[in-house]
Amino acid sequence: MSELGDLYQEVILEHSKHPRNFRAMETANRQAEGYNPLCGDHYTIFLDVADGTIRDISFQGSGCAISKASASMMSQMLKSKTTAQAEELFSKFHSVVTGVAKEPPADGADGLGKLAVFAGVAGFPTRIKCATLAWHTLRAALEGKQVASTE
Amino acid sequence: MSIVANAVRGERVSTAPFDVWKVRADFPILSRQVHDRPLVYLDNAATTQKPQAVIDAISYYYAFENANIHRGVHLLSQSATDAYEAARGTIQHFLNAEESSEIVFVRGATEAINLGAQTYGREHVGAGDEIVITAMEHHSNIVPWQMLCEEKGAHLRIAPINDDGELLLDEFESLLHSKTKLVAIAHISNALGTVNPIARIVEMAHARNIPVLVDGAQAVPHVSVDVRALDCDFYAFSGHKIYGPTGVGVLYGKRKFLDAMPPYQGGGDMIRSVTFEKTLYNQLPYKFEAGTPDIAGVIGLGAAIEYVLKIGLDAIAAHEHDLLVYGTAALNTVPGLRLIGTAKEKAGVLSFVMEDIHPHDIGTVLDQQGIAIRTGHHCAQPLMQRFGIPATARASLAMYNTTAELDALLSGIHKLKEVFA
Repeated sequence: MSELGDLYQEVILEHSKHPRNFRAMETANRQAEGYNPLCGDHYTIFLDVADGTIRDISFQGSGCAISKASASMMSQMLKSKTTAQAEELFSKFHSVVTGVAKEPPADGADGLGKLAVFAGVAGFPTRIKCATLAWHTLRAALEGKQVASTE
Repeated sequence: MSIVANAVRGERVSTAPFDVWKVRADFPILSRQVHDRPLVYLDNAATTQKPQAVIDAISYYYAFENANIHRGVHLLSQSATDAYEAARGTIQHFLNAEESSEIVFVRGATEAINLGAQTYGREHVGAGDEIVITAMEHHSNIVPWQMLCEEKGAHLRIAPINDDGELLLDEFESLLHSKTKLVAIAHISNALGTVNPIARIVEMAHARNIPVLVDGAQAVPHVSVDVRALDCDFYAFSGHKIYGPTGVGVLYGKRKFLDAMPPYQGGGDMIRSVTFEKTLYNQLPYKFEAGTPDIAGVIGLGAAIEYVLKIGLDAIAAHEHDLLVYGTAALNTVPGLRLIGTAKEKAGVLSFVMEDIHPHDIGTVLDQQGIAIRTGHHCAQPLMQRFGIPATARASLAMYNTTAELDALLSGIHKLKEVFA
């Protein structure tokens, strides 16, 4: 049985209470909105991308602790990364939170770093969409779409 | 707060004393555990659990009576037809409808409302006409009317509510005029628990010759409904919210309306005679029941309503009212918790939000303690917008809930505050 502590790790709770890069970005050249229609989570991701590199990333919006912490930690991880690295990170993150990767990678070992704390989400299938909402929104922004939805 | 049944009660009430533990013993699922904790099921506005009597009625039908209805001359077909029609009689009695042919079986309240929109609505609503609903409707009593309005060039008018979640009756009445072709309104709000004064609303609408369709999905398990006392023209409800199976529901309609309405769907059973040139439609209620219906579901619904009548809606309403008062007082002790929906006339819904804790997180933490509640917009997004919130956490009550379960909810909420401290 999955324990609550597996899901609500200290780091996650801390980010949900004090989200990083939680602001609008006037200089953004990519931007997308993400919704989870079932629970009403709603975020906007702002990006400043140049030469295939994410020079700046920020977000705004509201939602549950998991979705907000995920957006916050994603924004920390992706600053100065290339869009290809961002895609790669999403793919790793996705396999960890959906439980495809059975063993969460050791901290930092394969570049997932702090995001490994989201491994506990896999034990709570109804919360996977919360963890991935910001990432789907990021992908939509990178692809030039304006809206992402988890449904 | 008090629960007011807008109806006259007669012989349809049991006099046996209410014993919640005896009731609980009738529901097998209530003895199971989730996450190694006893199940505390507080998501009854989404769907209710089923008593053994309903499970048995469905099993018995499939084991001993299964056949298609209204067709064969053989014995099984006759006994299936008898059981199906007996359920119709039970529901006629339950709603105090004048005749059983005013009871139309559908898939649920949603289909019942769509039937009303697609038949009565399409015949009577034209360009520039108006349909009046309220700000507290479920999507199922918004979208079918929006679709109709779009098709016809008609307009949907929304009667506003106050901060307690009560309909503003004066404002509602001011929306009624010669262009208004229909009022469609929830008897009880799924997200707030507000009990609307249906008899008064029907009176206002009828004074202007406007018919009224009532969405009773949340009302039938909680208050005694008498469609003749209410004088409503249509009344819709779902089986699964009143301890019956999913996939079956009822549209009650006054004969004068149903008779004049075109069929909803074409097919078998709804016809009197068919040639390639012309089809004559069957009489009520079969005109609206094309195709083989959910026979087992209807029989299960009949069993559910017999079960409810045996316990008695007055006793159920009184018990649930006690729970509501107890639960409201308990939740009001929690700092940072705000109840959404504080109408004076209210039935068993405790919808709430908490400072700095999102409803989705509330739901997960409670679930880990075996407590099932609903979180989200409750298929009432415009209502959430009215209160300026994306979602709520909602505990909703049924006859089998206990004060001990509400204590568990309260301690679950305290645990929540620990996690998110």
